[in-house]
Amino acid sequence: MSDTTQTGPVLAADGTPLKRSLRRALRAQKMRALALIAPLLIFVLVAFIAPIADMLFRSVENQIVGNTLPMTVEELRDWDGTEVPDEQVFRALFFDLFLAAEAKEHTKLGSRLNYEQSGISSLFRTSGRDVGDIGEVFQDALTEIDPAFDEARFWYDMMSGGAEAEGNERLLSNQIGRLEVLEATNFSGDVDFVPGAAISDILPNTARAYAVFAAFTHFVDEDVVAEEEPWEAVYAALAIDLEDPATRAALAGYDGPGADVLRRAADAPLPPVDMKAAFIDSNKDWQRVGFWKVIKTYSPPYTTGYFLNAVDMEKTAEGIALRSADQRIYGILFQRTMFMSLMITFSCILLGYPVAWIMANLPARKANLLMILVLLPFWTSLLVRTSAWKVMLQQQGVINDTLVWLGLVANESRLVMINNQFGTIVAMTHILLPFMILPMYSVMQTIPPSYLRAAKSLGATNWTAFWRVYFPQSVPGIGAGSILVFILAIGYYITPEIVGGTTGTFISNRIAYHISTSLNWGLAAALGSILLAVVLILYWAYDKIVGIDNVKLGG
Amino acid sequence: MADTGNNDAFVAFERVQKSYDGETLVVKDLNLTMPKGEFLTMLGPSGSGKTTCLMMLAGFETATHGEIKLDGVSINNIPPHKRGIGMVFQNYALFPHMTIAENLSFPLEVRKIGRSDREAKVRRALEMVEMGGFGGRRPAQLSGGQQQRVALARALVFEPELVLMDEPLGALDKQLREKMQFEITHLAHELGITTVYVTHDQTEALTMSDRVAVFNDGKIQQIAPPDELYESPQNSFVAQFIGENNTMEGTVKEIKDGLAVVQLDDGGLIDAKPVNVEKAGDRTLISIRPERVEFNCDRLRPGAHTLKAEVAEFIYMGDIFRTRLKVAGRDDFIIKTRNAPDQRRLQPGEQIEIGWLPEDCRALDAP
Repeated sequence: MSDTTQTGPVLAADGTPLKRSLRRALRAQKMRALALIAPLLIFVLVAFIAPIADMLFRSVENQIVGNTLPMTVEELRDWDGTEVPDEQVFRALFFDLFLAAEAKEHTKLGSRLNYEQSGISSLFRTSGRDVGDIGEVFQDALTEIDPAFDEARFWYDMMSGGAEAEGNERLLSNQIGRLEVLEATNFSGDVDFVPGAAISDILPNTARAYAVFAAFTHFVDEDVVAEEEPWEAVYAALAIDLEDPATRAALAGYDGPGADVLRRAADAPLPPVDMKAAFIDSNKDWQRVGFWKVIKTYSPPYTTGYFLNAVDMEKTAEGIALRSADQRIYGILFQRTMFMSLMITFSCILLGYPVAWIMANLPARKANLLMILVLLPFWTSLLVRTSAWKVMLQQQGVINDTLVWLGLVANESRLVMINNQFGTIVAMTHILLPFMILPMYSVMQTIPPSYLRAAKSLGATNWTAFWRVYFPQSVPGIGAGSILVFILAIGYYITPEIVGGTTGTFISNRIAYHISTSLNWGLAAALGSILLAVVLILYWAYDKIVGIDNVKLGG
Repeated sequence: MADTGNNDAFVAFERVQKSYDGETLVVKDLNLTMPKGEFLTMLGPSGSGKTTCLMMLAGFETATHGEIKLDGVSINNIPPHKRGIGMVFQNYALFPHMTIAENLSFPLEVRKIGRSDREAKVRRALEMVEMGGFGGRRPAQLSGGQQQRVALARALVFEPELVLMDEPLGALDKQLREKMQFEITHLAHELGITTVYVTHDQTEALTMSDRVAVFNDGKIQQIAPPDELYESPQNSFVAQFIGENNTMEGTVKEIKDGLAVVQLDDGGLIDAKPVNVEKAGDRTLISIRPERVEFNCDRLRPGAHTLKAEVAEFIYMGDIFRTRLKVAGRDDFIIKTRNAPDQRRLQPGEQIEIGWLPEDCRALDAP
């Protein structure tokens, strides 16, 4: 009774606020409910939400360029894009490509960039093969000067700067980090090598190249660093370091391991380092500015390139532009997918409505028999049904044979009904028809026959009674069936693949092609994301126009 | 049982039979005529054929045999929408996707009546059922009683001469039902429409109708005005179906001066009015209304037969007392007495004598 007079929150009998004690009372119930749906929830998260999120991410993800060619990307940042980049860029490219070739990652990058510019794939493949030869020149020259350069132990001691030397841990961990990104794994443990702080100041390129070699040898090849002869790239790096007059000056005061040998090498004549010439010699395409532009354009970790590609556009030096007319395929494919899905939906409505109506108005036993006939296709394999249509519709098939036999069609001009849009629409209408009939049937079942009787008693003819009274009430069923069929159709893959030929395929077939054949997953993901967005927009539009509350799958 | 052959009949069923499966007759040889303006109720238990009769009249079912005439013309082959009969359905059947005004406008539209005429008629019909302000609403926004009124207005808006109602008040609560009963009869008589009303609620049938046709087993058992039906049931089915009734089985001992003396199965003798017993020795079911039983023997005619009874239960029901007695070997004998200041309240266990005026007790056919 006091509850009616007090002003604050309503209290339970023990004085706690009623809301809190209600929450506590319901908590166990909620937890039990959550536990019941947990398996499904986890399944949906793992098998549905996560893949969609991954797809959305993949459609803009472009880290491969930055991960594989980090130094090149860095050097290209200030490049104005007018002529072939300078020596510095090619030197960065040499070290990046050398490591990538060792890790066998350069071909992946080549394939990735080949989506944007054909020819890049072979460019990376040939030059990845040649980087060893480019570096070998310097290895030979240095070994000539002092055979110690051929010894693994000598290099190890020289680069670690002796047992007591101060180490440059930062350089090593940077290189390990770079390798981790490239190999997409995490390395843990000791490399058993630390570049000396002093030597890495004097020979920065060499120290970097040796550090990444050491990390690679230890983690990837799982060999002992001190027993392995360094890569050709390390010799090239030394040659670059020794070119610098400042290096000679610094070496003069250095007394770490191999200091004498280094001083001798610095004084000896080495072949000049001209990476630009070496790369162009390896593949003439390196002097094509367009190729470099592609590398620069796709160097950021995220890109709109896949999406632009998916809507028939491309990035050019002048900005975003439509592709040339003969390269536009996705716009047509999207249009065709939409058009054919609509055709399939309409033919399902036309064929399904009378069936659903009869089923809803027959006595239960006959309706059940009809229901079995409607569900029968579900018991047959999708492939079998689709293949059956192939048999039916082909030019030497059942329907053509019958038409020729009846004399309706001349033997020479048999109808082409398969491997085109017609074949896809026929086969998919057949396959998706149950999805239209079932929601329509369950809605029609709830419309009492007394409405039609009432309409007739009020003076309406059979047609008027149907059209003005029955049909509007069955619209929710049509809506539910249409959404179901349309959304299933727009993403259908297997049937258009089998009976669609070239003119009857859907966007999903193109997506599948990019997933399994061209391996351009980014583009496939972008196309998939657009498809998802189209479906969501249509759903939203349907909700605005018809109202999703009007969709009934039953009851 | 039913009246036949009348040239003034507005509605006539002539030897109508109906079978759904070709094996059993749902309606057996139905003959019925209705004058214009009559309010006739078809009353009967479910499965008695009353709704089938209504559906045949509306045109939703075809008669297997016989003829149905409307205003002297056979309508057997006229489709429902051309019969011009208004109908109110059990669950109203208001079109859910139309507003109330659109629902009412529908029969006028299909009759191609002009817009202004239509609007006037719809307004008038809604006002007639006191639903004037509801034209813009949808049926789902109305209460059961309101939907009922709209259904009625829709059946009347195109001014049919005959209106059929199929248990229209079944879904309403008791109070609303009683109010609507009154309103429907009032409206029907005011507008002078001929009404066929189907119900299984006998109170409804008695309060509303000019005449009631009691259906059972595909046949009309009795067709009569309510008072006659109640007070003079023609057979044991009608007696038991209409109102509360005490029955006892026995054998006719003698019939003389329009009075039958019946020997009950336990030996007691009782006076009754012979209705469909003919001679001594016939088995009979005697029927007496609870409110006509007298336990104050001073009020009985001298020499009347009485029965001994023991009070089993006394139930106070407000306006009346309902007392259950043990009589003649049965313990379900009910008497009803008015709650008047001088009325005696019987105590359980009390021994009394009961009797009645012979004309209140009817000796009917044994079932």
